[in-house]
Amino acid sequence: MAPRTIGDVQFEARIEVKHLPGIADPQGATVERALPALGYTNVSAVHIGKLIRLVLDAPDTAAARAQVAEMCERLLANPVIEAYEIEISELATK
Amino acid sequence: MSARVAVIVFPGTNCELDVAHALEQLGGEAELVFHTERSLGGADAVVVPGGFAHGDYLRTGALARFSPVMAAVSEHAAAGGPVVGVCNGFQVLTEAGLLPGALQKNAGLKFLCETVECRVDSTHSVLTAGVDLGAILRLPINHFEGNYTCDAATLERLRADDRVVLRYVSNPNGALDDIASICNEGGNVVGLMPHPERASDAVLGSADGVGLLRSLLAAATTRSAAA
Repeated sequence: MAPRTIGDVQFEARIEVKHLPGIADPQGATVERALPALGYTNVSAVHIGKLIRLVLDAPDTAAARAQVAEMCERLLANPVIEAYEIEISELATK
Repeated sequence: MSARVAVIVFPGTNCELDVAHALEQLGGEAELVFHTERSLGGADAVVVPGGFAHGDYLRTGALARFSPVMAAVSEHAAAGGPVVGVCNGFQVLTEAGLLPGALQKNAGLKFLCETVECRVDSTHSVLTAGVDLGAILRLPINHFEGNYTCDAATLERLRADDRVVLRYVSNPNGALDDIASICNEGGNVVGLMPHPERASDAVLGSADGVGLLRSLLAAATTRSAAA
């Protein structure tokens, strides 16, 4: 693991990667069609995406969020077909 | 002198021998180049074959661009060298930024394995320079993520610049504008979902891929002669 800079804090990031509006979500659509077969006829808007969790060291929440957003643009999501939402939480100090 | 083609092999690539065989049947010289190589060994052209590069982890093609060989492929492409990505190779080229857009899951959530008809809609590419515009080719497809998409501005540009190389006659996967193949501005980088190497001999059910592979070899030979 990379050495931590003094003063850095550990953050956990939860990144939800989902389809951009207008991009087909065949998995979500198929599951949505399957649920009524079990009697759940009141379900709609089923979407299936990805959840990525990671831990990173950063000076503060804003810096952690900025880095995660950059990683999403460059690798974790494909901006042509995917959107992402980032949640950052500070981990308890050891 | 015969054209030398580097056929890139990532962990999970599975069409490299078919591509090499088809090219050699047509008089080309194919060399398998493992993804850890930093050089293409002086090859005149590159084929990124189908399969499941890096296990399709994260997204299809997403991790391949981190393989050392991709820097050499990008350099070759930037210098005008012919680069063709077949199926998963097309996905790799879009993720590597060598072609615009992305391949999403097939409409209908079905893995498709069938022979389809494709129309040659541009001959301004290294893959189609030697075939007739408007020709209908019977080519096998074999994919789950072959549904081409891009934003409206990109589609506009692809159409205006004559960069839609092949279109499906009957769209099997929901691809935008029936797109089966596109190329870059220079026409030297081409991605296609159908497998020309699997239509390279009548015994395989179709030899319609031969014209495409011959075009690629011709482009490679021209490059070799110019070098």
